[in-house]
Amino acid sequence: MIEEKLVIGGVKLESRLFTGTGKFPSKEVIRETLEASNSQVVTMALRRVDFDNPEENVINYIPDNFTLLPNTSGARTAEEVVRIARIAKAAGCGNWIKIEAISDNKYLMPDNQETIKATEILAKEGFVVLPYISPDLMVAKRLEEVGAAAVMPLGAPIGSNRGLKTKELIKILIDEIELPIIVDAGIGKPSHAAEAMEMGADAVLVNTAIATANDPVKMAQAFDYAVQAGRIAYLAGPGAVKDYASASSPLTGFLKGE
Amino acid sequence: MRIKVNGQEESLEQEIKLIEFLESKGLELDRLVIEYNKRVVSGEEWDDIILKDQDSLEVLRFVGGG
Repeated sequence: MIEEKLVIGGVKLESRLFTGTGKFPSKEVIRETLEASNSQVVTMALRRVDFDNPEENVINYIPDNFTLLPNTSGARTAEEVVRIARIAKAAGCGNWIKIEAISDNKYLMPDNQETIKATEILAKEGFVVLPYISPDLMVAKRLEEVGAAAVMPLGAPIGSNRGLKTKELIKILIDEIELPIIVDAGIGKPSHAAEAMEMGADAVLVNTAIATANDPVKMAQAFDYAVQAGRIAYLAGPGAVKDYASASSPLTGFLKGE
Repeated sequence: MRIKVNGQEESLEQEIKLIEFLESKGLELDRLVIEYNKRVVSGEEWDDIILKDQDSLEVLRFVGGG
């Protein structure tokens, strides 16, 4: 089978691993990690400057060949999402935006209704909109109708490293939604990423699992391999699952009757 | 005069250029994102804008995020 490249917002992507830039032990590690990941899309957030402790701009550590995917973290409503998206675009970050509309501080569950509203507004304004959602088929269908460029369902709560707890719901999205499905949040190990890709996800977004590893650079490389392996396995078509054994070697008894 | 900076009231003795205000905060100006009275203003405009009473300013920058 010839592998078709993933295309989002007119950009052809060789890598199906998206990476985040939060929680790294130092800014210097970010560049090396991004390079090792082979990823081409990277997320970042917009924040007020703390005048007592001004942090350096993370964009200075992102290699030039990456597509920037600013998120709207901190927004609780569609209105706040739209404001942050417009600021990010005006700041020269391109027209991609990852929508995060979150008012739940314990599980950081996205507000799907506000996300739909914001997606509609921003898609009309020409943004390439990637909404982060709790996996739900009807919500994903609405997002498709209002112009999202992809759908990003969560595997487990942000930063939890718990893996694909919502697997069955994500499978339904993969089956029914034509837009690319990018599993975002909860992926804690390369095996989780491979599992998502094996079942047909178009890409995964990983941040915490890489950034908080003992060696983020090595972990980024491991995720690159896992995502590639999972994708190839999906294209290869895994064999059927059975309840009983099915011999891999011929069982005709050549020792019989000796 | 009083202006609002990142949601906090701040008093200034006299009118001052936006760029001078930012420099006075000891900030690296590269890649700062400035919203002046709810409008994002590019770096070229910072020299032309003079802060006046009741202005509101958001001084932002990109940080790590997922």
